[in-house]
Amino acid sequence: MAERITRADVEHVAQLARLALTEEEIVSLTGELGAIVDYAAQVSALDTHDVPPTAHPLPVVNVFRPDEARPGLPRDEVLAAAPAAEDDRFRVPRILGEEP
Amino acid sequence: MTGGGGARRIADDVRSGARTARDVVEEHLTAIAAREPEIHAFNLVLADEARAAADAVDEVVARGDDPGPLAGVPLALKDNMCTRGIVTTCSSRILEGWRPPYDATVVERVRAAGAVVIGKTNLDEFAMGSSTENSAFGPTRNPHDPTRVPGGSSGGSAAAVAAGFAPLALGSDTGGSIRQPAALCGVVGVKPTYGVVSRYGLIAFASSLDQIGPFAATVEDAAVLLEAIGGHDPCDSTSIARPAPSLLAGLDDGVSGLRVGIVDEMTEIDGIEPRVREAVRAAAGGLEAAGAKVDTVSVPSATYGIAAYYLIAPAEASSNLARYDGVRYGLRVDAEDVAHMNAATREAGFGREVKRRIMLGTYALSAGYYDAYYGQAQRVRTLILRDFERVYEQFDVLIAATSPTVAFELGAKTADPLAMYLCDVCTVPANLSGHPAMSVPFGTGEGGLPIGVQVLAPALGEATMFRVARAIEQAAGKTP
Repeated sequence: MAERITRADVEHVAQLARLALTEEEIVSLTGELGAIVDYAAQVSALDTHDVPPTAHPLPVVNVFRPDEARPGLPRDEVLAAAPAAEDDRFRVPRILGEEP
Repeated sequence: MTGGGGARRIADDVRSGARTARDVVEEHLTAIAAREPEIHAFNLVLADEARAAADAVDEVVARGDDPGPLAGVPLALKDNMCTRGIVTTCSSRILEGWRPPYDATVVERVRAAGAVVIGKTNLDEFAMGSSTENSAFGPTRNPHDPTRVPGGSSGGSAAAVAAGFAPLALGSDTGGSIRQPAALCGVVGVKPTYGVVSRYGLIAFASSLDQIGPFAATVEDAAVLLEAIGGHDPCDSTSIARPAPSLLAGLDDGVSGLRVGIVDEMTEIDGIEPRVREAVRAAAGGLEAAGAKVDTVSVPSATYGIAAYYLIAPAEASSNLARYDGVRYGLRVDAEDVAHMNAATREAGFGREVKRRIMLGTYALSAGYYDAYYGQAQRVRTLILRDFERVYEQFDVLIAATSPTVAFELGAKTADPLAMYLCDVCTVPANLSGHPAMSVPFGTGEGGLPIGVQVLAPALGEATMFRVARAIEQAAGKTP
């Protein structure tokens, strides 16, 4: 059976998911996720011994296109849609701890 | 409630020169102007673009060429399908104002068939919901009763067809997002076999479940649209290497001798409205009168569909939505470094339900829980697939309820996520199995609101499914 989801679980998962949740969201999600996971845990009632998982409904593997050069997306249009661009690249805030 | 006839009639008239595509578009823009402020089916109405596209169709006709099977037919696109240079939002703040640099394959195909894209329709944010109330831009209302929801997540597309804003629309169905709103709005909605329609340019929610499909007022019009959008696409590696299904040719072949099973677990369920159950039985009676052999059948593992779905779909969503990080497109909320920028952007850009599902999916995939939740749900998915395959050895098609209830009032389920999730109890099994399924209007329930009956078929069984849907439509007394 499902273990009860705690506030600490929600804070940990929010960090994994890169969500800066508000205090109100942490409180409400703790209860909501608990109820949903309790419901979803009924899948554990089924005996799946020796049952393989299905990741995909179709038996399609190793699909290749012909190896022909095709134009990629137009760079100017792509960069125009970005929040910030510089020198034909996406501009982001600093990544590591160095001084700017 | 339709403005200017069905899709096939319009296409025939435009191709023969009896009407111009421009006149058809103007009629539909007039219908939109009259009622869209009340319904809010669209995030964006493309009036100028539609007029230009219609004029281009008329020029093709004037040259003596054939513009295609959807000549001049206005079509509404769910706003999670990429349109080059035209804002595509997924009804989310995180993509507000984004103009994709390419068209989805379905957009290219409907244009190549002569259709006129008339607008981008509202949806639950990132297609996560069953009522279209989770849109960042406000809910869509049901044209049959504006105090009620149109269903979801493709509620805008369903409402657009029901209100006569467009004879055709495209939606996407991950757990019922075409079929359930079709049922609640009294129109036809189809989820094809997974892989029949290209997902290239459909903004991903749960990639192993998502499938694009048509909305139309009639089974025949839905068939015309699916023939136009289906078939292999090298840009989607999960696309089936076959041409589009041939549906119109056998549409009126009847159901004589077909074996039809009524699915117990998707009809005799807790909380189903008695008149919905009666509609399924009456539709079965209609098929029997037309020569089909009808029996009840059990698909036991379907009972676990919602539980498995609400582990698998959020898990895939949490992975797919990792791309909204404030770097390449959409919203950015600035912060001192990238990690804080990512988290602040996602916190500001995603709505409540999207965050809930990202959290649920991330939890189900996290260390220590992966096998118990996500892994177990995938094994249950195998059991559901096997159950359907076993049943399809004895039955050609299955029928069931689409939605346990008629359209509910706005706000009725927004405070209880689990109650909203259970709206999909009859529809998720076909997404998990990958099999085709569609909803056909059949009578009315409480308040005179439409009821939909669901027809399900084995993989690539679209032609038979459409024949049965056509017979149900005729039994419902709606012969176009």
